[in-house]
Amino acid sequence: MEPTTAPTKPQFSPAAQAEIKRLLTHYPEDRSKSALLPILHIAQAEFGGWVSPEVQDLVAETLGIKPIEVYEVSSFYTQYNLKPVGKHVLEICRTGPCMLRGSDELTAHLERITGAKVGGTSPDGTFTLKEVECLAACGFAPIVQVREKYYEQLDTPEAVDAMLSELKSLVHRPILPWEETGLPNSLKNY
Amino acid sequence: MGRKLLTEHINVEGIDTFEVYRKHGGYRSVEKALKTMTPDEVVEEVKKSGLRGRGGAGFPTGMKWSFLAKPEGVPRYLVCNADESEPGTFKDRQLMAKLPHLLIEGMITGSYALGARTSYIYIRGELLYVLRILEKAIAEAYAAGFLGENILGSGYSLDLHVHPGAGAYICGEETALLESLEGKRGNPRNKPPFPAVQGLYARPTVVNNVETIAAVVPIINDGGDEYAKLGVGKSTGTKLISACGHLNKPGIYEIELGVPVEEFIYSDEYCGGIWKGRDLKAVVAGGSSVPILPKELILKTAAGENRLMTYESLSDGGFVTGTMLGSGGFIAMDETTCIVKNTWNFSRFYHHESCGQCSPCREGTGWLEKVLHRLEHGHGSMHDIDLIVSVAKQIEGNTICPLGEAAAWPVAAAVRHFRHEFEWHVTNPKEATMPGAAYRGAPVLA
Repeated sequence: MEPTTAPTKPQFSPAAQAEIKRLLTHYPEDRSKSALLPILHIAQAEFGGWVSPEVQDLVAETLGIKPIEVYEVSSFYTQYNLKPVGKHVLEICRTGPCMLRGSDELTAHLERITGAKVGGTSPDGTFTLKEVECLAACGFAPIVQVREKYYEQLDTPEAVDAMLSELKSLVHRPILPWEETGLPNSLKNY
Repeated sequence: MGRKLLTEHINVEGIDTFEVYRKHGGYRSVEKALKTMTPDEVVEEVKKSGLRGRGGAGFPTGMKWSFLAKPEGVPRYLVCNADESEPGTFKDRQLMAKLPHLLIEGMITGSYALGARTSYIYIRGELLYVLRILEKAIAEAYAAGFLGENILGSGYSLDLHVHPGAGAYICGEETALLESLEGKRGNPRNKPPFPAVQGLYARPTVVNNVETIAAVVPIINDGGDEYAKLGVGKSTGTKLISACGHLNKPGIYEIELGVPVEEFIYSDEYCGGIWKGRDLKAVVAGGSSVPILPKELILKTAAGENRLMTYESLSDGGFVTGTMLGSGGFIAMDETTCIVKNTWNFSRFYHHESCGQCSPCREGTGWLEKVLHRLEHGHGSMHDIDLIVSVAKQIEGNTICPLGEAAAWPVAAAVRHFRHEFEWHVTNPKEATMPGAAYRGAPVLA
């Protein structure tokens, strides 16, 4: 049998470490576990859009808590991906107000043109489709969230194409400092 | 046009910066409170204003504040609930992204009133881009001396932080929110003890919605009595309504409480009527968990009076012919909408979002989703219609938190007013499951 090499233990980048240090100042010293959710967000952004068991163990070590305390949280909140994902995770809102404005049709359209099925990733690894519940932008439905950005009013093939070509043009995924993703039209000021 | 207390300057260029916000009268309430009022006087003004919680429950804010325990030498907290997740509701996102300093100002004035030295804004994790806007604005407020040590030389000090969730509707329930803020699963706590006695880190805590805290700013600036002059009866002041669904002009509207529902839906000042020239079929007026009403009952009460956008008028008739103002998430459905499909969709939502702690909710929401799925897809029986009503009844009142009620009410109301449509799915499954099919018969009004 070939000897298997142990996977390298993940490490936070210096930028992530600095951000974690800043976050920890937000809570009383004996309550640092409070920083668990924001640190898991950082971890997911740092390590390819999902949190592997090894990454979760790193988070536990960082906070000085038991790994189970991380696992039980990461499995509760829907934003943490517990399996590998494609380059872009498209989170499609499927709740009532979006459904009234065509989210079923949007999901079917996205499955057709990306080649991914909901819950899965396209064969080329570019797009993962995920259905999510209400994103709180119901007046601008239907909506897709990709990382920190909302794409709104995706009720025409043109709007969907514009979103996909913007995503395809992203050459790298800067993590820290936080990327400027741009606001959806509904939140622009003037 | 009614008066706008929160959103008057929302479209001013640069209003998200400290400088422009300050130029438009920003942070006056902090100056007034810290320099000329005692904390108890601030609470008193909020009581006088008649302000009621804008997150959905409508509980009087001043009273909630006065319940806060104040044991000597124990820190206490003000926590802002920015976990906006009730389907149909999207006002807080807008307020925070465009007017971050309004929320920060309200947090400072509110924290002073409650004696909090550290306060948190708990924002849903999907809105990390809004969290960054808030953090930038908070840094500006620190730099200008409105946060940190000895604010404006008053001797009062406050730290303010933003904390993200990570995708869980249940964290909008205040004790689940506090668990989540402590780095745990969002399982609601048994009450008592209430957060006012044992909240964050088991310390006395007040949790208020974003819009509630923002409303403290005009209340302190102009006085509680002035605020209470707006609105009707016990529904004082203004309210942000998130309008969505089949409307010509969906969006966020700040209304003076008391606007007739008919005017809100049809006038060009607000939603501009139903899209595509269609007729209105039904409305969910206060977020997905409040009872759905057919057109006839949302425009007029059972007694034939005009329905108004107030807590009292919308709940006129109780759950037999009325509904609730709730969070102000106003979802309009046109004549082509399938009520069975919509009810199934909402049930799927509550099943997905149940934390699983209480058996009636964990199991019951699953049953509701499953049985509604077969009704919607033409495999249901007449017995199934009574079954979902019975399951809903068994969830209601038997859970730690109100998610149980939130899951049960929409089902009960949909069957009450649209029973014929559910029956039509059983008797005409082929027709009912055709794409775009919707029952056009008359609803049940009593």
